[in-house]
Amino acid sequence: MFKINKVFKKPHYLTLQQNNLQEAQKEKNALPAIPNGLWIKCKHCGETIYNKDFNANHKVCTACGHHYRMNARERIDLIMDTGTFKEINTDLKTVNPLDFEGYEEKIADTIKKADIAEAVVTGYGKIHGNDSVIAVMDSNFMMGSMGSVVGEKITRAFEFATAKSKPVIVFAASGGARMQEGILSLMQMAKTSAAAARHDRAGELYVTVLTDPTTGGVTASFAMLGDIILAEPGALIGFAGKRVGEQTIGQKLPEGFQTAEFLIDHGFIDKIVTRDNLKLTLSRLIKLHYS
Amino acid sequence: MLEREKDIAELSMKIEDLRKFAQEKKADFSAEIMVLEDKLQQMKSEAVINLGPMDKLILSRMIERPTALDYIEKVFDGFIELHGDRKFRDDPSIVGGIARLGNMPVTVIGQQKGRNTKENVKRNFGMTSPDGFRKALRLMKQAEKFRRPVICFIDTPGADPGVGAEERGQGEAIARNLMEMVDLRTPVISIVIGEGGSGGALALSIADEIWMLEHSVFSILSPEGFASILWKDSSRAKEAAQIMKITAQDLMALKIIEKVLPEPPGGAHKDPDGMSAVIRENLLQVPFGAMKEQINEVVERRYTKYRKTGAYLE
Repeated sequence: MFKINKVFKKPHYLTLQQNNLQEAQKEKNALPAIPNGLWIKCKHCGETIYNKDFNANHKVCTACGHHYRMNARERIDLIMDTGTFKEINTDLKTVNPLDFEGYEEKIADTIKKADIAEAVVTGYGKIHGNDSVIAVMDSNFMMGSMGSVVGEKITRAFEFATAKSKPVIVFAASGGARMQEGILSLMQMAKTSAAAARHDRAGELYVTVLTDPTTGGVTASFAMLGDIILAEPGALIGFAGKRVGEQTIGQKLPEGFQTAEFLIDHGFIDKIVTRDNLKLTLSRLIKLHYS
Repeated sequence: MLEREKDIAELSMKIEDLRKFAQEKKADFSAEIMVLEDKLQQMKSEAVINLGPMDKLILSRMIERPTALDYIEKVFDGFIELHGDRKFRDDPSIVGGIARLGNMPVTVIGQQKGRNTKENVKRNFGMTSPDGFRKALRLMKQAEKFRRPVICFIDTPGADPGVGAEERGQGEAIARNLMEMVDLRTPVISIVIGEGGSGGALALSIADEIWMLEHSVFSILSPEGFASILWKDSSRAKEAAQIMKITAQDLMALKIIEKVLPEPPGGAHKDPDGMSAVIRENLLQVPFGAMKEQINEVVERRYTKYRKTGAYLE
């Protein structure tokens, strides 16, 4: 029977669909299921692929080309010439400025689990022989969120590069500002942008590589300030996260909303680069500015 | 309305009732009425003393609270509003233009919430779009060119999280403002008049001094959003507000802001003229002339202020 109230009912299903989409996206980005360690099933295309091939392909599905997330060490191995990378500012320790319950434990736990000291690794080295300062964010560490230590390390990386007249490459991977540090995290957006400004005014090159996911306060600060902004295929990139987005229900989301492809169509990034081309692209860009 | 304001309203009604009752019955209740009126006076004067963070949050969001335009009219003379970002549109959640502070021309930019539901829809509840941030930046660059100080009024639940805002680069717009404001070569004062929500507030707060009205708030995210993200439960907002350090007093202690402007008894909405006078007096004391003369030092100090933020061990 035709029900008039169904016609005028608020389309709640849209929200659900949106959630489902994002859930699916989340699943897609999780590591593929590993049944026995030898073979894995791509959660994106469903194809069964050889695990060794997947890793040799830098975590890109050999069947469909879906780019899975990399941790900071894997990213550094991919980009930097073997043996050239030197990490800087390794001794900064996170504190609990709001006395947020469980924060210290969470940090200690994550350090153990993710085997990394904080959500960003900074340092310098060579990319096909070209000097560069790099900052690599790691989404395994509290979703790459930016608190005081992340902000300070990125700021110091810019200052180091400015002093040495070197380019900066930032690999962004972050859910945004870290809530547990409250307003201090918000201020890191200002601090990192200010350091990027100084590096910029000194005439140095700044390239950002937006990887899955780049959202919130990181998108709204240094990630979007590169002279050249690259992104990996399919990466989630946006400002407002899922929960904030939920408040704007009723708005139909455009196709591919908040993906790298969506951003390039709207003019906010320069180029989508597949992982196999990333190192070469970066080295060529540096060479064009420093030789 | 705050709980204690409700109590005040209730008590004054009761006193009124008692008066009427006394008149009707020709009975003498003057002693009782006097006691109650004393109590009422006491409640009124305590109404905004010892407000908790959640009370302040509610107060900062009240529809009766004066908005940017209310202050702009009263603090400055001859405001000429200027529109548009020259790129896409005019965002009504940002008002901006040129006015005089005493004899000095200044650029004024404010986040404008609606004073009723209809205006709130037009103003998008003060949620600024990328177009609004770009309009603000355009006016700031104009101020820099003509060496006018910039005065910003902050009042937003946060940057617009909608689809259109994402399509037009909300992240980029905020980031650009942060980068440009930090070395804008003219003095900048930002005043949080109500709700200073998240990146949407930060994008107008890279200033030589940030001031907050006594009962305004400034936070990384609304306490509701904070509770929703960290505890998956937005109903724990009060608890979140308690620990987030969102009040002017907490942020002053953290050295995030430079000044707390006292509000009239009962809050800014009880006496917008009085509040405006306080803002005006404080602005008139800023040595804008000297700051313009020493703009290199001013910009360096501004940079250093943001450079020093954060807490960590080394």
